[in-house]
Amino acid sequence: MATKKSNTIKLKFDSARNLAPAPESKSAAKIDPQYELFINGKFEKPSGKKYFASINPATEEKLSMIAEANDADVNKAVKAARAAYENVWKKMPGAERAKYIYRIARMIQERAREFAIIETLDGGKPIRESRDFDVPTAANHFFYYAGWADKLEYAFPNRHTSPLGVAGQIIPWNFPLLMAAWKIAPALACGNTVVIKPAENTSLTALKLAEIIQEADLPAGVVNIITGAGATGAAIVNHPDVNKIAFTGSTEVGKIIQRAIAGTNKKATLELGGKAANIIFDDAPIDQAVEGVINGIFFNQGHVCCAGSRLYVQESVFKEVVRKLKDRLESLIVGDPMDKNTDIGAINSKEQLNIINNYIKIGQQEGAEMYQSSASLPKRGFYCRPTIFTNVAQSNRIAQEEIFGPVLAIQSFRTDDEVIEKANNTPYGLSAGVWTDKGSKIFNMTTKLRAGVVWANTFNKFDPTSPFGGYKESGYGREGGVHGLAAYVNIV
Amino acid sequence: MIATKIIPNFSSPAHVDQVGIEERASRFTKRSIKNESKVNGLKLALNMIDLTTLEGKDTQGKVKQLCYKAQHLHDVYPGLPTVAAVCVYPSMVKTAKTALGNSGIKVASVATAFPSGQAPRDVKIRDTKYAVQNGADEVDMVISRGKFLEGEYNFVFDEIAAIKEACGNARLKVILETGELVTYDKVRKASDIAMYAGADFIKTSTGKISPAATMPVTLVMLEAIRDFYYKTGKKIAMKPAGGISKAKLALHYLVMLNEVLGEDWMNNEWFRFGASSLANDILMQLMKQKTGVYQSANYFSID
Repeated sequence: MATKKSNTIKLKFDSARNLAPAPESKSAAKIDPQYELFINGKFEKPSGKKYFASINPATEEKLSMIAEANDADVNKAVKAARAAYENVWKKMPGAERAKYIYRIARMIQERAREFAIIETLDGGKPIRESRDFDVPTAANHFFYYAGWADKLEYAFPNRHTSPLGVAGQIIPWNFPLLMAAWKIAPALACGNTVVIKPAENTSLTALKLAEIIQEADLPAGVVNIITGAGATGAAIVNHPDVNKIAFTGSTEVGKIIQRAIAGTNKKATLELGGKAANIIFDDAPIDQAVEGVINGIFFNQGHVCCAGSRLYVQESVFKEVVRKLKDRLESLIVGDPMDKNTDIGAINSKEQLNIINNYIKIGQQEGAEMYQSSASLPKRGFYCRPTIFTNVAQSNRIAQEEIFGPVLAIQSFRTDDEVIEKANNTPYGLSAGVWTDKGSKIFNMTTKLRAGVVWANTFNKFDPTSPFGGYKESGYGREGGVHGLAAYVNIV
Repeated sequence: MIATKIIPNFSSPAHVDQVGIEERASRFTKRSIKNESKVNGLKLALNMIDLTTLEGKDTQGKVKQLCYKAQHLHDVYPGLPTVAAVCVYPSMVKTAKTALGNSGIKVASVATAFPSGQAPRDVKIRDTKYAVQNGADEVDMVISRGKFLEGEYNFVFDEIAAIKEACGNARLKVILETGELVTYDKVRKASDIAMYAGADFIKTSTGKISPAATMPVTLVMLEAIRDFYYKTGKKIAMKPAGGISKAKLALHYLVMLNEVLGEDWMNNEWFRFGASSLANDILMQLMKQKTGVYQSANYFSID
């Protein structure tokens, strides 16, 4: 009787989603109509005189025109970085380098609101996330690595370290400012100079960072920020005077980079795609696990390389977990990223939205059962309802390929060995999550899951002190923590 | 019917992760409640208040004043709702009942040797019956925390069931006194026991022990209510009490309620605030919304 009855029981969340608008103010941030390249401490026009538009994915309105760097511009930037490296930066004592890095960190904090607003306008992520996660974490990375600059001998005891030289860095569109911080901070702390290229969809916060770097009086050429698309990135990778490539982005491009630098003396760290398994055991704190799954896959619209996009639930709690996920999905607010109450903002670009929608179609064709939140979407802009699939097979494309959107594929499992095998059955290995009340089970799982980061009873937690990086096709090298220093020094 | 027919298994409770529940609770405080949502929320919060006086020094005069305030929160602001109930000791029930007349405001009475609960069961039952016979619409009982912490769950269950029987038609609120249970796992277990034993409300605290209500503790209890609802189809009401004295915090609680149990619970049949000073802060905020400026606390009556 009771089970039959519970089929009709449903909680209603319409009023929870319909709050009065609480928009952050656009006017609190200044966006110029046009941005140039930041080379050798100055903003310079691109030699090809070409510019491309950067749009707000939430409204499809143009925000600004961004300079496109060609081979000559890249060459100029690398030359500036080389000169700054040889003449200034590598000779400067660590404690002095630290002062500059600390200054950048403080200036990011001072202008946190402006950064958050621009990040949200340019990338479509909810203002709550840019304000509470992206910007503070970016500042923390600079603070953390500033502290290491004069203590490298303690990071590598009894070894001698020297900087690599010029680092070419290419970063993705999902966490534009944060990824810039992840790349620039350890490189500078170790005594390298930098040529960095943000993704073409999301250049604005990197260019704001260039303004800060200029104001901070960082010696000219130590950090060069150039904008452009794939060709600009390729010019950095192929430049003969670059000593190190640090790339975060797709596995596909990662492979191209690896081919390009084969046979050269360039070092590389690659942080690529992922298809993380989030595993819920029957003894888990279910409500917190459900919340962790929601944060794992819907954080930043699922544009997270370590997103928990595959969910494995032990069969005895499967129904309960799915029901709770559906309820939670209904209380998520989807819409204007600038509204302080928005949980899920805009998809970063039209291309990405098409990719996601295509996977949603594939999932249905593969026979998986789809459930989407009933939230209504804004008419303009690129939006996708949070989506979960049940009745998914391990062989389904939605369970194998990285979607990079708010789409979750759920499977059930019976035994520990089974779920370990399934979780590891992927070309990726960036992250995983384990939910159980039993400590011994956590340690058993963490030793057997082939992933760079394994979270236990939490997900998507980042800290500058903690290394991050992948196994298998998720890349190699680590960013963050002491491990992150190793990627920017020669150790003798 | 007193207890439900589904036999719960209290030996294998639902687990609560402390870090996770506190993180989730703090997320509700990030909601930005503006304009009409704010005014509606504030009025709803007023309407959910159990206006409370539980002092040894309470007098009939004070209870009468409180009952007048309950019906006339701030007469310069027309169209305000009344509070949900006035909450007093059993000895004051008759006074409150008379003072409230047919205003529709309920009389809630604490009972069962409130706040410690350190009395034999027959005394607790008499205490309850006395309150109900004097006209209490609702009874706020305390559980025997000592027995609960000893692991005597059957004792606690039976006691709640016995008090529920003594309540007759009065709705029973079961106070867990979460400040003495300490862990979220224990709060969850006590919530389950209370609901299966026949509670109409589960309530966090007496207000006499610190900490009283907190958002994470309330969230644990709301999740217990949701699970119970899905298992049995029976709705249970929630009452956080003690320590909620600011309008903003009350709005955070309502956001939490709305996102965990949904709009069916967004009324004073299913949710109450046990508070003595919350009403005036809400009134002050409502006047600010209306006039654009804050008024001095002296413009709001203290009863």
